[in-house]
Amino acid sequence: MLQWLHKLASPKIFYNLASRLIPWFGWSTLLLLVYGLYGGLIEAPADYQQGDSFRIMYIHVPAAWMSMFIYLVIAFHSAVFLIWKITISDILARVSALIGASFTFIALVTGCLWGKPMWGTYWIWDARLTSELLLLFIYLGYMGLGSAIEDRRVAARACALLAIVCVVIIPIIHYSVIWWNTLHQGSSVSVMNKSAIDTSMLIPLLVMAIAFKLFYVLVVLMRARTELLFQERKTNWVRKLIQEK
Amino acid sequence: MNAFTALLKRDLLLAYRNRGELANPMLFFIIVVSLFPLAVSPDPSILEGMAAGVIWVAALLSTLLSIERIFRSDFDDGTLEQILLCPQPLPILMLAKVSAHWLVTGLPLIIVTPLLALLLHLPEGTLGILMLTLLLGTPVLSLVGAIGVALTVGLRRGGMLLTLLILPLYTPVLIFGANAVQAATMGLDVTGQIYLMSGLLVLSLTLAPLAIGSALRVSVS
Repeated sequence: MLQWLHKLASPKIFYNLASRLIPWFGWSTLLLLVYGLYGGLIEAPADYQQGDSFRIMYIHVPAAWMSMFIYLVIAFHSAVFLIWKITISDILARVSALIGASFTFIALVTGCLWGKPMWGTYWIWDARLTSELLLLFIYLGYMGLGSAIEDRRVAARACALLAIVCVVIIPIIHYSVIWWNTLHQGSSVSVMNKSAIDTSMLIPLLVMAIAFKLFYVLVVLMRARTELLFQERKTNWVRKLIQEK
Repeated sequence: MNAFTALLKRDLLLAYRNRGELANPMLFFIIVVSLFPLAVSPDPSILEGMAAGVIWVAALLSTLLSIERIFRSDFDDGTLEQILLCPQPLPILMLAKVSAHWLVTGLPLIIVTPLLALLLHLPEGTLGILMLTLLLGTPVLSLVGAIGVALTVGLRRGGMLLTLLILPLYTPVLIFGANAVQAATMGLDVTGQIYLMSGLLVLSLTLAPLAIGSALRVSVS
């Protein structure tokens, strides 16, 4: 297992594997997205209270889940990079940041659009909205630090360290903003208990969540491949690759 | 321990020799606070409600402004490299640097707070709570801010970036600090907030020096 992982960390093998995996992830993302959107936007019944406007949930909730999930991925890869000095981990963490920031932004914007008809206002200083906004700032800070440092190796280590510091502080920020009176509804999906949401609405949501995850992997692989080629542009295998094409 | 006191003494002495600069963060603090009545309203009943929040935000900005200097001159003249080469444990030395910074910039803020509380009509009886939260909170600001400075010290223009990096991380302190004073104004119990702020202080006292140390090793190489 370890040996296999070690092999995977070699840029050339990772590049080839990513090239082979990309079509698979691409098609499965497309399939699930179409199915999830059809199920969510057309098949699922309208909500008895919110009417059709609840359907934005099929974008909003998966995006919000992804915004947090991707940060954990970044922190995990940063730790791997700092401990074992695996370049691939640095690349994966750094290319994930922009995707994570985009998902955070999407979650915020869809939340605002939903809030206008439901709450009567685009923005409320509610706990979840605020912590999502702060998460966006943290993503932007992370990317800002990465692009401000010119030396690539210094930037990699500084970003990894920042990601780990932030992952300690993010739960504190999250729980400190919960102190306010929370307007955002509680979580409706739960693994342990029966969900408060009907199955006909839940299935498209879960399909969308999986589709978003696959989409993330797809984009990360594509971006990582490009970044890898750029960083390894002076090595023999990249030169050979270019000559073959 | 000897290294800790030696470095602390050196930093305090350096600050004392530059007495002129010493007052700047404090003046900034006072000026920012006095802008609010001009901009919002001089009405005592409105000021009363925002006093704690305004003082906390001003303290946060003042720390942000002064924290950048914590490693700057040492980085420029090479002292920082010598500190990194010391055989003493780096986190202890970092703790000394941050303590010196807090004594020079954080403590004066707390000392002038009663004056500002008077200017902003802070409700009577809550001044003690405000000063206690500042006492617990400003060291956290210095410790967390120093991590950001350590990451950006090698950059020529790190100022704006530093703001982006550390302001989001300051929010828990701000929320608990301002919240405690507001709760005290309404006559509620504030033990919870005080305990949480003490928790933050202990957490950052133990973990931040390690992070500052490793961040400096990355930036200075």
